[in-house]
Amino acid sequence: MAEKTKAHEMAEKQREISISEFFAKNRHLLGFDSPRKALLTAVKEAVDNSLDACEEARILPEIKVELQQLKEDRFKVIIEDNGPGIVKEQIPKIFGKLLYGSKFHRLRVSRGQQGIGISAVLLYGQLTTGKGMHITSKISPRHSANYFEVQIDTQKNEPLIAQEKTVDWSKDQGTRIEIEMNASYQKGKQSVDEYLKEIALINPHATIIYKTPEKELINYPRAVNELPKEAKEIKPHPYGVELGVLIRMLHSTTSGAVSTFLQNDFSRVSQQLAVEICNNAKVNPRARPSTIAREEAENLFNVIQKTKIIAPPTDCLNPLGEDALVKGLKKEVDAEFYTAVTRPPTVYRGNPFTIEVSLAYGGSLPKEESIKLMRYANRVPLLYQQSGCASTEAVIDTAWKSYGLSQSKGSLPIGPIVIVVHMVSVWVPFTSEAKEAIAHYEEIIKEMKLALQEAGRQMGSYIRKTVHAREQQEKINLFEKYIPELVNSLHVLTGEKKELLQEELSKSLKKNIKDLLAEVKDAENTKIKGKNVVLADKQQTLDIEDEDGG
Amino acid sequence: MAAKDESKGTLKEFGLKIVEQIKKGKNPEISFPLRNLSNIIYDEKSRTLKLGNKKGSRSFFNVAHSKKFLQTVEVASVIKEKLIDSGKHSSLRDVFYMVKRTIPGTSTNLVDEQTESDKAIEDLEVITTLSREQMHVNANKNGSVAGKVVIEDRGDTIDWSKLGSGGWAIPSNVEDIKFKKVDAKYIIYMEKAAVWERLNEDKYWQKNEAIIVSSQGQTTRGIRRLLQRLYDEYKLPIYVLCDGDIYGAYIYSVIKYGSIALAHASERLTIPGVKYVGITMDDVEKYDLKKHFIKLDEKDYARIKQVSEYDWFKNNKEWQRQFKMMKDFKSKVEIQSLSSKDISFVSEVYLPNKIKNREFLD
Repeated sequence: MAEKTKAHEMAEKQREISISEFFAKNRHLLGFDSPRKALLTAVKEAVDNSLDACEEARILPEIKVELQQLKEDRFKVIIEDNGPGIVKEQIPKIFGKLLYGSKFHRLRVSRGQQGIGISAVLLYGQLTTGKGMHITSKISPRHSANYFEVQIDTQKNEPLIAQEKTVDWSKDQGTRIEIEMNASYQKGKQSVDEYLKEIALINPHATIIYKTPEKELINYPRAVNELPKEAKEIKPHPYGVELGVLIRMLHSTTSGAVSTFLQNDFSRVSQQLAVEICNNAKVNPRARPSTIAREEAENLFNVIQKTKIIAPPTDCLNPLGEDALVKGLKKEVDAEFYTAVTRPPTVYRGNPFTIEVSLAYGGSLPKEESIKLMRYANRVPLLYQQSGCASTEAVIDTAWKSYGLSQSKGSLPIGPIVIVVHMVSVWVPFTSEAKEAIAHYEEIIKEMKLALQEAGRQMGSYIRKTVHAREQQEKINLFEKYIPELVNSLHVLTGEKKELLQEELSKSLKKNIKDLLAEVKDAENTKIKGKNVVLADKQQTLDIEDEDGG
Repeated sequence: MAAKDESKGTLKEFGLKIVEQIKKGKNPEISFPLRNLSNIIYDEKSRTLKLGNKKGSRSFFNVAHSKKFLQTVEVASVIKEKLIDSGKHSSLRDVFYMVKRTIPGTSTNLVDEQTESDKAIEDLEVITTLSREQMHVNANKNGSVAGKVVIEDRGDTIDWSKLGSGGWAIPSNVEDIKFKKVDAKYIIYMEKAAVWERLNEDKYWQKNEAIIVSSQGQTTRGIRRLLQRLYDEYKLPIYVLCDGDIYGAYIYSVIKYGSIALAHASERLTIPGVKYVGITMDDVEKYDLKKHFIKLDEKDYARIKQVSEYDWFKNNKEWQRQFKMMKDFKSKVEIQSLSSKDISFVSEVYLPNKIKNREFLD
């Protein structure tokens, strides 16, 4: 018996993996693959939290972001909001414990989904600098502010409080965090600057003030004074639940019987339907959920997929709406034409979702380059993996040629355009844990394309109406200049008197001009449909390309 | 002088037709036969390409046409006034610069690219049936000739056997050349100047009583007209020597049947009796040229498909066999690959044998 078995040997090697080891091995999943991306992720997680908190507390957000460069590869990130604040006891856990949060356990539209973000930022800062996060939070003018310095115990995944005190803070309420980290700062695509610009565009109800590492102050002012509709929490729809989740729910439910579990823990399941599912799955409706064996759960799962269940309620979604989309786009993009389309809500795999698209055309946007596509999910910009995203596929699959743009097969169209594609859902299907691209569900791509086509049609009408009309007019003006040339050439060729030819051709032009102008009028009378079409105040002259066909 | 008056008169007539329409208060219009493959007819009887009856038209008060209308009339007036009336000749490039200017009060140029004035000249050829040369517009000199031939050109007597390594440069207009002595049994025309230089250095024309003519790539109008005159006036057989590829086959067919772009001038340019001497796909086996193969690319395959479907090749069994062999070999081969045997193989063995054995493709 004293003999050491292989299992004993192996057991000696097995031990708990600390979260810092887990983090080091999975940092790419959490958005910390490079110092540059780490900086963006830190800002993103903190700003996402601030916006979510403000909206939940029905406060118009005002967020300050500050980046300070301390050494070549070290930055201090400071984020301050005017949100509801955090009660004292919760502060260490929210920031100093991974996978602690309110968002993982519920189904509603929110920016974060897993409660991993902000504590991962702390852990990254701690691992690269040895320092923790400084948090100041105040919940009302009547309370004093609480100040914490928090680190994570990487063996136990528990917060370590290095310092804790009450401080004076002139703000009525809000939260401020400061953290140092190894990072690098660059401008351009996938930068903090670009992220904040895109955040401001899709959150026109927020004011964002940004102090860059170069100490430049950039202000993204509020353009809309109403908060987005409150996001309602919904129960999962049976179609959207995977077998493993179903089993977990069976074990953690407070319902005493399988039929009441189905009825209470899911949306759109009536008592009658719950019993029907149980009977079809050969499961006793009155059985205790925790006693359901794996095979029975699998039967339930299969029956659910085959049962006709009405679609989940969609009033839980809170898209920006066309008006706010246009206002957000208009304040961040200098163009001459703006439009937006919000699709009615629909469902993929039991999850309600809606697609919104906004589009800006012309003005100072570059004419000869690929369009700029901005992708969003639940008001969060997606800056990475554009080519792997359903939004990109939908844009490429839309026939932009019919709306007046050039486009080669399989690529983004060319033209002076910015397109925003926004998916709002209680559960956004990302292609990976890094949450950078939306997965290619047929239902989602179809909705995106419908929205893009509608916005494209409106833009196409605008192009026909203004650009083409202007081109035509310009060409008609050319006739007046062409006539003397033709007169001269014909005089040389035939000896005919110039005056006579000039006179006859001028008469002819007057006679023909009606037909020529009709072409122009046609273009001008094209109605641009769509209630949220907005034109820039200043009309810009467009370069007219001279193209003589035929 | 008669020719000059005729050209002048025809251009004036073209202008008068437009003036007439203007006086009647009409939207002036020019109509002309279309010049694209859809309007090209292969006339089996004369074995030449001809223009069909499809017409295009261009009117002045039409947003899409007006500029081209103006270009055509302006080019006609420049040619009449500055070339024909003054008895001068010029190149296509000159005409472009004579027409190019900004239209007053606009930012538009009458022509921006030489292709626009070139096109206007081709249009005038079709509309008036005058040739480019009759309008005093010449293309660049291109091509060389050598042989026991004496000609007279603008008062100068020129002996093609006494022009050293360069030979006589063929001008774009050979209408007024007089042949004083032609001592040759046949003509070899080759697409490559380098091969011509080989034959010239080897005195092929002397040893074989032949005239050797070359261009660089496509055969210009001047060369085609020169070949046609020698063929018509002295009944000299003409043999064409090209690379063994689809482009060689097309160069041959242009000389024999005419080209799509110049179908309106076929009568003046085509020589139905020419024969193709090589390189053929059969030569590849016979002369062991496989090791010098160049792989066909996608463009080559597309061109083989296109050319093999032209009406004038469609029913030619011999050529269809050649096209099939090109595809089977997946390769093409250059004339110069013959030099791998011996630098003078082409002039001492290949051509004399082929011509003696009458190994031609028609």
